[in-house]
Amino acid sequence: MHWDIVWNNFDYFLIGAYPEGPLGGMAMSILLALGGIFGAFWLGLLFGLMRLSKQKWIKWPAVVYIEIIRGTPLLMVIFWFYFLAPIVLGYTLPETSSALVAFIVFTSAYIAEIVRAGVIALPKGQTEAARGTGLSHYQTMVHVILPQSLRNMIPSFVNQFVSLTKDTSLAYIIGVNELMRTATQVNNRTLIAPTEIFITIAVLYFIICYVLTATSRRLEKQLSKYQARGN
Amino acid sequence: MAMIEFRNVHKWYGDFHVLKNINEEVEKGDVLVICGPSGSGKSTMVRCVNRLEEIDKGAIFMEGRDITKKTMNLNHLRSEIGIVFQQFNLYPHISVLKNVTLAPIKVKGVSKAEAEAMGMELLDRVGIRDQAHKYPIELSGGQQQRVAIARALAMKPKVMLFDEPTSALDPEMINEVLNVMKDLAREGMTMLCVTHEMSFAREVADRVIFMDGGEILEQGPPEHFFTNPQHDRAKAFLKEIL
Ligand SMILES: Nc1ncnc2c1ncn2[C@@H]1O[C@H](COP(=O)(O)OP(=O)(O)O)[C@@H](O)[C@H]1O
Ligand SMILES: [Mg+2]
Repeated sequence: MHWDIVWNNFDYFLIGAYPEGPLGGMAMSILLALGGIFGAFWLGLLFGLMRLSKQKWIKWPAVVYIEIIRGTPLLMVIFWFYFLAPIVLGYTLPETSSALVAFIVFTSAYIAEIVRAGVIALPKGQTEAARGTGLSHYQTMVHVILPQSLRNMIPSFVNQFVSLTKDTSLAYIIGVNELMRTATQVNNRTLIAPTEIFITIAVLYFIICYVLTATSRRLEKQLSKYQARGN
Repeated sequence: MAMIEFRNVHKWYGDFHVLKNINEEVEKGDVLVICGPSGSGKSTMVRCVNRLEEIDKGAIFMEGRDITKKTMNLNHLRSEIGIVFQQFNLYPHISVLKNVTLAPIKVKGVSKAEAEAMGMELLDRVGIRDQAHKYPIELSGGQQQRVAIARALAMKPKVMLFDEPTSALDPEMINEVLNVMKDLAREGMTMLCVTHEMSFAREVADRVIFMDGGEILEQGPPEHFFTNPQHDRAKAFLKEIL
């Protein structure tokens, strides 16, 4: 076994060539996942609420967006933004940016569905009570419905975050120097320790996802306390 | 001019005729009690007043204004009509006091300090001043329903709608809610109450109506209704609940 190869390159797996060179490795994977989930949250919230609208011209674009994205493999979305951006924008997006945009767009469609389901799942009485005091649709959403339903959605958001963390490995195909790519690079250079290298990488992905899932489970327990009952 | 008037009101759920030609007037300061078997359309009738349900034919007037018009500003209408539900429907994620102050602050633009002072006053009035900073779930059912009444009163409504406010409560908590409602009635609030609490009807109702199958079958002052109902179905219903 050649665990010394893993050991000698361990900081490269974690942070890439940083601080002498560009950031990479696991740090890049985490940053991509964080940026992706953050952007996808806001975009998904917007599309999820649009899809719940009774107004056709608000609802319809959201339906089309969500269904198209959910019917497309992530790798294809990554390619779209990588190869189409120069045509549409007139200049090439850096790999990292175009991967990030792809992650945001892709994940937002799933977040939108989580938001929609979460809002629908709240007892109808909450909306009726709020509207019954004269709050507008928008005020009801902001002050009554979303604060409750977003809490209930946290476990689903974390699930999405875990998926996205693993999916950031796809960015390696367009040359983003994240964890998967650093591993491949070291493997191509050294040739004799693929097993050791890829076991290490798998463990690193596992640790991130495990920490996230465990945190989510704890949150879920704490949040289950103040929930609306009845209908 | 009546505070609330139903004029030839009809409503359908699909093919199902849930309200059949409802005509009813409630004067300012009067208390109307609506009773009848489950499924007879009582909830639907009161919920049409603040447009949580829409009628299909006829009209409902509030102080002479047709409030079932398409052009009616719903948020403004609802700010003038309080509603209390069977299931309380308090907001579980904010404190009792915030439950009460949310609408005055957001709908009427009352300052936070002013709203909180008024909120505490209302909570005092319904007897739960010292629970103001707790979350709804920490309160008993009776206390939660009293908070719901305070929340509705915070908008200074002209009319209060009650849809079986004591039906979800344990028997020992019913009276604490009824007493608040009775006080409110005596202070001159116009009230439409769906309830089977006959003590309440006897003490404060000006009129009782009995509904069955979407129709008002019997109406009159409470003593008349309780002692001398005309309709067979009203007699059967009274036998069951008394
Ligand atoms: N949204 C709805 N869609 C279809 N039917 C409904 C709806 N709401 C109520 N109903 C029906 O209308 C009837 C009257 O309901 P409701 O007004 O709640 O009666 P009550 O309050 O007297 O028990 C019931 O048979 C009920 O099943
Ligand atoms: Mg009912």
